[in-house]
Order: sequence, then C-alpha cells, then structure tokens
Amino acid sequence: MTTSSTRRPRVATAWLAGCSGCHMSFLDLDEALFDLAERADVVFGPLTDAKVFPTDVDLTLVEGAVTNTDNLELAQAIRANTRVVVSFGDCAVTGNITALRNALGDPSELLQRVYVEHPDLTGVVPTEVVPGLLPKVLPLHEVIGVDVYLPGCPPTADRIKTALFALLDAIEAGEDIASVAAARAPGDLRFGN
Amino acid sequence: MSASPVPPTPPPGPRSARPNVAVTLDGEEVLAFPGETVLALARRLGVPIPTLCQLDGVSVYGGCRLCVVEVEGEHRLPLACATEVSADMEVRSTSAELRDHRRRIVALLFAEGSHVCAACVASGACELQDLATETGVDHVPYELTFPSHEVDASHPFFVLDRDRCVLCTRCVRVCDEIEGAHVWDIAQRGSDARLIAGMDQPWGEVASCTSCGKCVAACPTGALYHQGTASGERRPDPGLIAFLADARAGVWEPRDNGAVSQPRDAAGPHEQGTTP
Amino acid sequence: MGKLIDLDAMRDAELAARSRRTHRALVCSSTGCLSAGAAGVRAALVAEIEAADRADTLQVVPTGCPGLCSRGPLVQVEPRTGPATLYAEVDPDGARSIVRDHLLGDRTGDQATTEVAVVPADLPFFAHQTKVVLANAGRIDPDRLEDYVAAGGYRALYDTLTTMTPEQALTAVERSGLRGRGGAGYPTGRKWRLLAEAPGDHKVVVANGDEGDPGAFMDRTIMDSDPHRVLEGLVIAAYATGAERGYIYVRAEYPLAIERLERAIRAAKRSRLLGKGVLGTDLSFDVQVRVGAGAFVCGEETALMASIEGRRGLPQLRPPYPTERGLWGEPTMINNVETLANIPAILGNGPEWFAAMGTAESPGTKVFALAGSLMTTGLIEVPMGISLRTIVEDMAGGIAGGRRFKAAQTGGPSGGCIPERFLDTPVDYEHLRALGSMMGSGGLVVIDDTVNMPEFARFYMAFCRDESCGKCVPCRVGTVQLHALLDRICNGQGRRRDLQHLESLCRTVQVTSLCGLGQSAPNPVVSTLEHFRDEYEALLVEEPVPSAVVTGDAS
Repeated sequence: MTTSSTRRPRVATAWLAGCSGCHMSFLDLDEALFDLAERADVVFGPLTDAKVFPTDVDLTLVEGAVTNTDNLELAQAIRANTRVVVSFGDCAVTGNITALRNALGDPSELLQRVYVEHPDLTGVVPTEVVPGLLPKVLPLHEVIGVDVYLPGCPPTADRIKTALFALLDAIEAGEDIASVAAARAPGDLRFGN
Repeated sequence: MSASPVPPTPPPGPRSARPNVAVTLDGEEVLAFPGETVLALARRLGVPIPTLCQLDGVSVYGGCRLCVVEVEGEHRLPLACATEVSADMEVRSTSAELRDHRRRIVALLFAEGSHVCAACVASGACELQDLATETGVDHVPYELTFPSHEVDASHPFFVLDRDRCVLCTRCVRVCDEIEGAHVWDIAQRGSDARLIAGMDQPWGEVASCTSCGKCVAACPTGALYHQGTASGERRPDPGLIAFLADARAGVWEPRDNGAVSQPRDAAGPHEQGTTP
Repeated sequence: MGKLIDLDAMRDAELAARSRRTHRALVCSSTGCLSAGAAGVRAALVAEIEAADRADTLQVVPTGCPGLCSRGPLVQVEPRTGPATLYAEVDPDGARSIVRDHLLGDRTGDQATTEVAVVPADLPFFAHQTKVVLANAGRIDPDRLEDYVAAGGYRALYDTLTTMTPEQALTAVERSGLRGRGGAGYPTGRKWRLLAEAPGDHKVVVANGDEGDPGAFMDRTIMDSDPHRVLEGLVIAAYATGAERGYIYVRAEYPLAIERLERAIRAAKRSRLLGKGVLGTDLSFDVQVRVGAGAFVCGEETALMASIEGRRGLPQLRPPYPTERGLWGEPTMINNVETLANIPAILGNGPEWFAAMGTAESPGTKVFALAGSLMTTGLIEVPMGISLRTIVEDMAGGIAGGRRFKAAQTGGPSGGCIPERFLDTPVDYEHLRALGSMMGSGGLVVIDDTVNMPEFARFYMAFCRDESCGKCVPCRVGTVQLHALLDRICNGQGRRRDLQHLESLCRTVQVTSLCGLGQSAPNPVVSTLEHFRDEYEALLVEEPVPSAVVTGDAS
C-alpha cells in the first residue's frame, strides 16, 4: 500500500463505541503533537470540525467497538477512504468493556427493560434520531478489514507515538505496512493498562 | 484427576547431581542436569519459553500446549515441561512456526473466555495478559464467545469468576497434591468443561475447603481472587507452591518474599509466612 | 473352577447334533438386523416350525452379521448338504413362507419361495470378500461356546499353549506382519514385544472396543457376532506377553456386544478357557468387560485407561507409554478388537498364511463398514490392497439414486476425503495416508454429488468439537473456532481472511493438540480444502454486513 509522496500524509481519527480514553491518551502525545502537525494533516476526528469522513486519507486510528448502525456506517466509510486502518485501543480490537453487553444476549430485552418497563420514561423504545443497535457488539475487524492493531485500554501515549510515526514513515516511504507491525517490539502492545 | 500418572518430582538441582548432559539449546551447547526437563533447563539459562498450566511444585498437566518446542529428529512437537533432556538432544525453543502456534493458542484462550483486561482484578499481574504481549497477540482473529458463567462469591474470603478461568487446573492440582483437600475439579467436557468446587456446590458450602488460599495464589488469571479485590489489585503468588513442595521434600530454603505482597491487609488467611 | 473343556468332544457332539437336522435357518441377530425386526422373524420361524411339529429336524439359529446390512433382516437357509440360500428383507410373513415353501416344501435354492427376495450367491458384494475375522459372523450362534468350538474355535489357543513357548507365539505374530486395526497401523508384534519385555508381574492386556467413528460398526459386529474369537485372541496375547489380567473396553452404546461378551466370558470360565490354569496349563488369566460412558476420546489409549480406572476419560501425556506405565501403574497393552480377532487365525494357520494375504506392507484383511450414498451398505472384509473402486463400484454396486460419486471418507472424523481421481488407490495404511486420509478403524462413508464439501467438513468438526475432552487448549477451543469459521463460510459470511484463519488454525490444532482426537480433528477440513477448494472459494464474500438491527433509526 503506497501513497503519493508529493503531498503531506492525511491522518484521521475516529470515535466509535468507546469511552474516548484512547483519544485522551492520544492527546497525551503532548509535544509530539507538534511533530505530527509538522508531518501530516489531521483531517477528521473528534478533534476536528469535519462532519463527513473525507476521501483519500492515508491513516485512520479508529477507537471504539461497533455497537450500532452509526458505528457501522462510519467504519465502512473509513475503510472505503483510508489506506491504512488502525484498530486503536481494546474496544476496537476486542470489544472490551463495550462488548460486555454481549454476555447478556439479545439487547432488545435490555431496551424493553430500560425504556418500556421503567416507570419514569415514555414507555417506548426510541427509534428516531438514535441509531439502531446491532445484535452483538463487534470488534472493528469483524466489520471491515484492519491493517494494524494497537491494543491497550488505553494504549499509552508512548505506544501510540511509536506506532503513529512508524506508520507515517512507512507510508511516506511507500513501505509494506505489515512489516511495520511485524517489526514492533513486544512491549509495544499490551491489552488493558 | 487425583491419580495423575506423572507424579511431581523434586526439581533436579545442584544438590542432586552435576550438570553433565550435553544438550544443544537454540544452537548452543549447554549442560543439563540428568532428569532435568527442557523447560527447567531453559529457565535456568534464561531462555524464555511461554507456559501457562505448568506450575513448579505440582504435577505436569500438559494442557495449555504453549511450551511446545522443536526437537531434532522428532516429528511431533514435544512439550518443554514434560520432556526430560537426553544426551545430544537438539532443542529449538523458538521458530517462526512455534511463534505462530503459541500466538494462536493464546488468541484461542482470549476467544474462549471473557478476558477484559481493563476491568479485571488481575490486570498488571496476569499471566494470560503477559502471554499476549510475549507471544504478540495484538487481536483475536476468532469468534469471541462472550461466556457468562455465574460468579461464585459464596466463599467468605475468595471469589471464583469462571469467565476468566483458562482451565489450566493449577488450582485443582495444588488443592489435591499440596493441600490434600481436593476441593477443585473439572466437570463436563470440551467447551462445556468448567471448574467446580466440591460436588459442584457453591464454594462456600464445600466443607473440605480449608480456606488456605493456595489455589488463589496459584491462579494465573483473575479467575480466583480475594474478596474485595478491585480492578488491577490482585497479586498472585504462584512461587509459593514450589516453596511448599520443596519444603516438604526437605529442601527448605528461605524465600525471597520481597516481590510478593498482598494488596491489602487481607481479612482472610493467606499463606505468606505460614509453615507448611 | 470349571470343568476342563475337551474341544474335540464338544465339537463332535455339536456336529452330531447338527447332522440330525435337515435344515438350519440362520437368522442374523446382530444389531442392524435386530433393529430391522429380526426378533419377530425368528419368532415366526420358530412358531411355524413348531406348528408343523418339525423342531427336531429344523433348527433356527440366531447368528451374527453376514454383512449385507442394508437388506436386513437376513435369513440364511442351510441344508444338511448342498448350497445355502440367503433371503433378504424378510418379515414375519416371509419367514412363514420360507418355512412352508423351503423348509417343509420341496422347493430349494432360487425357486424356494416367490414371496421373499433371494440374494444371488454370486453377488459381487460377497465375491470379493476374504473372511478371516468375520469367518464365523453369520455362521454361528454367538451365545453358544459349542458353536464356536464346532467352527474350530479355541483350537489355536490350545495348540499355542501346548506346543509353543510364549516367545514362539510372539514371534509368530511379529512374522505375520499384522498391524493395529484401530487406525494407526502400528505393528502388533512390536507392541506385544514391548509388553513382553516390560518389567512387571501384573501386566495387563486390553481389547479396545470403544469404536466411535460416525458410520463405523466393525468392532461392534465382531463383538456381537463372534465374541469368543476376541477372547481367544486376548488369551493368546496374555500367554505371549505374560499378562495376568485382561479388559475388554466397550462403549455403552453397544449393549448387545456387552451382553454377548459377558456371556462368552462366563462360558469360557466354566470351561477353563479363562481363569486359573487355562486349558489345564500354568496360564492364569482373567478378563472383565468395562463399559464406557459415552466419550469418543476414551478410544484413545491413555483416556481409555483412565476410564477403566474409574477416572475422567482424559488423555495423558506420553511418555510414559502404556507398556511402561499403564493401568494402575502396571505395564499395559491395548489392542483393537479387530486386531485381536485376527490372532486365532494367525496362530492357527501360521504367520505365512496371514502374510500371504493383502500387501507386503499391510498384510491380511480389513473390515470396512460401508455407509453413505451407496446402493448396498453393510459390512465387508476384504484383502488389504483392494482398490477403492472395486469396493465402491463392484461390491457396493455404485452410487444410489442415479447420482455421481463425489468422495469417499475413510477414517471417520480423523480421516480425509478421497476424490474420484484416486478411486484406483489400493486400500492400505500407506496409500491412504499419502492421500491425506487414513485407514482409521474402517469406516467408509461414500458421498454423492449432492453433498457440499464445506458442510460435510463442518459436520465432522461439530462431532470433534462435541467430543473434545477439554484438556488441551488447541482441541478444546480450536475445534470450537474451526467449527465457527466453517459455519461462517457455509452461511455465506466468510471472507478470504476467514479461510486463511481456517487453514492456519487447522495446522496449529494438528500439531499442538495433546492426543489423536485433536491432532486429527482438522483432517476432514484439510483434505476437502485440498481436493475441493473451489467449493470453499465459491462461498466467500467481500465483507458481510452484520445481520438484523435490533431497533432504532436504521436509516
């Protein structure tokens, strides 16, 4: 997977079903954020104003699991417009906390209990504006192809930095992304915190 | 489970003999003690071989299959934990294929249980979490099964969370072979296999349990823990088991307990400082 | 202690009694025909004969299995002299007409009765067979020691005990080239020698009758058709190896085999064919039947021993091998039932006679259970080295329903699929293994062109998943995940990466599982991928969309 070396790499982040902790950890890059800004354009994510996922993105870090139709559509848009998709953090990689609902089975029972049986609410399951739930929370790679996995809850800023700049190097040099993942040190990945 | 055909043997060491068996380990000629296992040899020399069900001080089980190694001339992959060295044996502790197998086995364990490190008492001191890092599991390419076994919190001091159990049977063997209580065993088979206390009773109702806590000390994951332990607080002590086994075999040596401390002033009993 | 048997006297008395009959009606009373109504057929025969007051000259004999299972209930009418007639698909009415027209009437042979189907004597199903272990199956009453003795039974044991040293008996088995019929094909003589040379005073021999492959019923038939043959093989094994105790481990799903073995053991003890001083010699050997509790994995040697000891049927690490440290720590040897059933014939006729059958590497015969989309299914015994094509096309009459042959599955869930282009392969251990399949215990399931291979592989994987004992991770979890991947592919949700994971996981489960169950569980997948990969590829999709949204704004 290569990109044109004539322009700056375009980087995006995305926030699916997760707690945003991975993005907090991303902000902990601190001064390295200046290095990122120097090398790449951040074109989408909770940290930008863009509402629609742009085209021609080189690298997208996707935080969070896929739990509803909004997540699914965004994930598909990301895959269609991104060269290197990174499953960013444990929710994206395994489902993690977000997926704990899977052990409870079909979520319609849960919705019934919360919205219909609860005396203080309107007695109906909301269907407007809110996205539909998927029967099961899925890790990102279950709905789109993923190129690189960066586990951690959250991944530490150091690990994010290592992965991010190694990937940017590879993208700029037109190198194979799989070899970047293979070359990482064991300490660069860890589930949990 | 009680009559295991491979009895625990005291680890061969400097007391019993001199290392005089010439073995090639990863291309290097080394000397092993007679009767030493490949795993013991590798550990003595600082060569890492991942393990999970293996526990010093109790019998060999051979269930996790992580310590598979390559031995020249053998068409199968022997287990380092169960294979004794022999003269001129050529062992490879790692290879691209072994790494692949180990990574897949660890991924299978993640797929089978509910291993949410972020919400687990054992995070930070979990052998499964460490194995994922060690073997390079960065995601689980298999179907996550999201089990939901009941948590057994009926014991006054301890908790069993079966969703985190990897069925290594360390607790079963420790309770049977060291404590002699045989509280634990496995019921059912295949993917229905699960850890049970007594006659499949709530743990707290099992009269034979002495509350010694050795099973909790030996558990590699967050399946067994002290009541009241919060996320990331569990501190297991698997080394205790070898210490007790050695002490009973009459090879008592003071323990370096520096690295081991309970997370809090536990209300329940635990083994530190007790005599076997 | 029972009365010492006189084999010659017993045989002579039995043959003399038989010579007083004009006809014998042999009714298959093996599991297959019994489930098809053989008990009613037998009752009808007996009633009709008694009504005619001819019970003194016409005898009805319940027997074991003649093999043509898909056409049961089977009744074979044997005149005192002359050729026998085999009737198929007999019901009680048919039984009565056989008595009236054939036994009481003067019609014989093919014209005996027009109401019951007669199986031609030259049917290819029988013509290609060489019966050694099944020699008595369908010929004798398995519940009568006298019948077995009249057929020459226990003669080999007697001769072995009285004229050979244990070492000579062992050497004969070694020279015969007999290999284990349970699947792996380990040389039986080598196994016997390991036990004979193991130190210990309380050695044990075990007959493994835990046959569990779907579609396989070779061992069941041997046990319920000719139980004394297994016992005789076991006693000879004990003599040659110095064992003092024997067990026959039978799965609980074979109640008839268990009942007949128990009865055979009691009869053998009464006649001092078992117990202290076998046949008046110094040999002391006792046999017990042990019944399994419904676990496939207990056919694996170490799990079988755990089960006999009353523990959970979990495989154990080897070494130590059973001959070093087996039941209750004593040296133990485990032979498949069919292996042991060959022993009396080898000792009776000599190892050269045996080695002359079959191929050089795989001498002797092999029993196969034919199942699946064949015109004729049932049990056959053929010389090793016969081609699959002969079995499928000639003996079984080809594929039923006008369909085409697609593949033959040998070795059950541990085996592989053999496609049409290898139909001329000789059936023996080496050739089948070279094709990615295995001999296995002898199950042969033939499938036609309506069968989808990924679904076929999924069926076997579900079997292995359900039968995994759960001890080792690759088998316990690997079979679950292999099944899930196959499920996903069969359901049209599989992506290319799922196929890759399927292949890589097959490899890991094969080489890292603890016992043969896990090591061979991926074989049906691997072999169908090798020969029918296009069927997997055709099911793959780009990226499936997760199914049904539960609720909310699905726009």
